[in-house]
Amino acid sequence: MNLFEVLGHYNYWVFSILLMVGMYAVIARGNLIKKLVGLSIFQSAVFLMYISMDKVEGGTAPILQSGNPGQLYSNPLPQVLILTAIVVGVATLALGLAIVVRIHERYGTIEEQELLNAD
Amino acid sequence: MSMDLSLHLPILQVIVPLLAAPLVVLLQPRNLAWAATVAVCLLAFAIALQMASRVLLGDILYYEVGGWRAPFGIALQVDAVNALLLVVVSGAASLAALGCRESLFAQIEPRRHPLFFAAWLLLLAGLSGMLVSADAFNIFVFMEISSLASYILIAGGPDRRALLAVFKYLVMGTIGATFYLIGVGLIYMMTGTLNLADMARLVPEVADQRPVLLAAGFITVGLALKAALFPMHVWLANAYMHAPHAVSVFLAACGTKVAVYVLLRIDFSLFQAGNLDHSIRFALFLMPLALLGILVCSAVAMFEGQLKRMLAFSSVAQIGYILLGASLLSEAGLTSSLLHMFNHALAKSALFLAAACLSMRFMDLRIDSLAGAARQMPVTSAVFVLGGLSLIGVPGTAGFVSKWVLITALLEQGEQGMVMVAIVLVSSLMAVAYVWRTLEVLYFKEPAGELKFAEAPPLMLVIAGSAALLNLVFGLMPAVPLALSQQAAQVLIGGAP
Repeated sequence: MNLFEVLGHYNYWVFSILLMVGMYAVIARGNLIKKLVGLSIFQSAVFLMYISMDKVEGGTAPILQSGNPGQLYSNPLPQVLILTAIVVGVATLALGLAIVVRIHERYGTIEEQELLNAD
Repeated sequence: MSMDLSLHLPILQVIVPLLAAPLVVLLQPRNLAWAATVAVCLLAFAIALQMASRVLLGDILYYEVGGWRAPFGIALQVDAVNALLLVVVSGAASLAALGCRESLFAQIEPRRHPLFFAAWLLLLAGLSGMLVSADAFNIFVFMEISSLASYILIAGGPDRRALLAVFKYLVMGTIGATFYLIGVGLIYMMTGTLNLADMARLVPEVADQRPVLLAAGFITVGLALKAALFPMHVWLANAYMHAPHAVSVFLAACGTKVAVYVLLRIDFSLFQAGNLDHSIRFALFLMPLALLGILVCSAVAMFEGQLKRMLAFSSVAQIGYILLGASLLSEAGLTSSLLHMFNHALAKSALFLAAACLSMRFMDLRIDSLAGAARQMPVTSAVFVLGGLSLIGVPGTAGFVSKWVLITALLEQGEQGMVMVAIVLVSSLMAVAYVWRTLEVLYFKEPAGELKFAEAPPLMLVIAGSAALLNLVFGLMPAVPLALSQQAAQVLIGGAP
């Protein structure tokens, strides 16, 4: 595999880097909100992977135009899938934040170390 | 025009609880919300039993949602592999909702009841959906529905430590589900389909197998996280311990097993069928982790002071038994694996129901603080004895049957099998130790002061008692679950999706 091929897959590089960045934030950060931000980055990376795979070179948005039978368009299925996954991601993030709010109410802190010492 | 509902059973299994969930929110008097939830759970249980009885006769129930032909539409399929688990899931939901009425009313604030029960039904819908789906992406969606609902349920109790446990569970669960999603994406990239049967047909034809192997890695690790395979079990112990008791009963019986089912279904039909090397990799990955999990978590359970945490660690060890059977890649091994999912659900639901009964009279479920409880609570203690015996695998109980099948399967493996048999026996002895430790406190230890309280409420006792008796019934008459598990093992080994 030569350099151009490696660089040519740049969306997948961005995907893997974002995935690792998100994972790192989840593991290394002590603040629960920052952990959730990391989790969100982690999930968004996968959205990029799905969107990258549906691209057809020269293709337009997958909306059929009348009188254009030879129209080239991107694969709509991964886009639909990822729309669902985005909804799931939003729901998870919302629930995670709600739990952090409750943790703050009950413990008065959202720093992991202080929480571990609390009880 | 008459409509034959029996054709629609696979979808009814999912949409009955799914549609009932928002309706339950509207039911204000708390008994009404509870009664509606129990009714829906029992209806789902009846549907699951009806489907299992047809699968037992050799039927495969196949359903195309909205009449869209697979692979374009979403297909549902109920065969021997998931029929038994559907019974477990809906049965556990019914048992836990019925048997923990007073416990739930004591633990959950009255104004939150309708929302709590809605989440309960969503968890049932999500787990059932994961089981019936024959579509890789649909499984992801239902996995997230069930996960979100279980986070809500675990955090729903009065214990503030549940919040920390559930945060950990949410983070690890999301990472697991996202790994699964990456794996599905990679297979879709190579095959262009999401239908499991279609994938199974196309995966062996893929010229470059590297992305498929990567997908196998992501899916296996992601689902192992969800299934709490050792050492990815760290979220489980605190989540089960601090959850409301009813939720512990429900989740301990079936929560992680559904993820194990998805792992087995996808790995055997997709990856192993087309690639012989992969089965070896699958076995070499799972077997050491399963054995370590069995040993380490049984040992931890021996020294755990909290009753529910001890049971949770024992659950992780049982997941080890289930995956050990599967990693043998033999028909007997898979039979033991699937049968143990059923039998362990019986034992653990009885034990957690007993814990819920004890919690009605004891503020704190530390094992030491339960001294002499058997004098005041003879029925609850008897339930604990039966559940414990089944967990150990004493002959005559359900737990014995699956351990027997597992040991038979291990002996088929020759010399290495003997080592694993030894490990299984050692961990059974450890189970004797941790079950006995609790029984000794319940029966023989002198209470600190004079205990003045009655048994747990009658409904809780009746349900806990019948869960315990089921351990005996299926220990003495294991024919039906055994036949279904054997059928399921043949389906999985045959590589049919």
